[in-house]
Amino acid sequence: MVLQAIFILVALFTIGCALMVVLHRNLFISALFLIASFFGVAVIYVLLEAEFIAVAQILIYIGAIATLIVFAIMLSRGMMTGRTSPRNAQALWAGLGSVILGIALLYVVAYRVQWPVVQKDVPADAIARLGSALVGRYVIPFEVASVLLLAALIGAVMIAREKEV
Amino acid sequence: MIPLSWFLAVSAILFVIGFFGVLSRRNAIAILMGIELMLNAVNINVLAFWRYTQPENPAGLVWAIIVITVAAAEAAVGLALFIALYRLRTTVNIDEVDLLKG
Repeated sequence: MVLQAIFILVALFTIGCALMVVLHRNLFISALFLIASFFGVAVIYVLLEAEFIAVAQILIYIGAIATLIVFAIMLSRGMMTGRTSPRNAQALWAGLGSVILGIALLYVVAYRVQWPVVQKDVPADAIARLGSALVGRYVIPFEVASVLLLAALIGAVMIAREKEV
Repeated sequence: MIPLSWFLAVSAILFVIGFFGVLSRRNAIAILMGIELMLNAVNINVLAFWRYTQPENPAGLVWAIIVITVAAAEAAVGLALFIALYRLRTTVNIDEVDLLKG
């Protein structure tokens, strides 16, 4: 009962913050609501008993991605204030399409499919298993991800640097 | 125990909100924020299915970590592109970026 109540509160918080992200005129305040929304998602991961992913979410999304976004907003200043409309010409159709897609998804989730749920507990050594899986069975995706990060790092530096001419 | 469909519903709503943000905002950084919301929704879905179908198999966790990694790489390169774009055109509004328009 308590878990359900916590989940509903966190879900409402996350969804409200996400709505403010896409609706608020001021981009900087949008970014702050994005950080709050990331926190809510991290709490949802904790409720799913994926503690490692929750910590990774806080470290990577809030510590790195949100900081990058705030930096980018400040470097492209003048875009923060709502001098012109923050929305483009197709916003009405986008909203309509999004609502229809959302209703369709919720209908499928709630009524159409019987999910094959098993009542099992997460093993106590889940994080140890994850670690040995990352250097064992899933070592190729792990290494590919590290090469991807290196490529993104070099690419981002090359794209964003000042050309010295 | 919290039903699986609650997690899926939250994930669906979050995904749709991010989708709306991507389609409706003019500022490229706001579009990137919408994409991050969508990736978060996907991760909630992945972890919910991991928890409720195969909690003893670490594949779901590995998958979520890969998604977070790709999201970080994508955010870094995307924001670098927007900064380069701002230097070039002093705008990051995508409807004013029409260099390739014939």
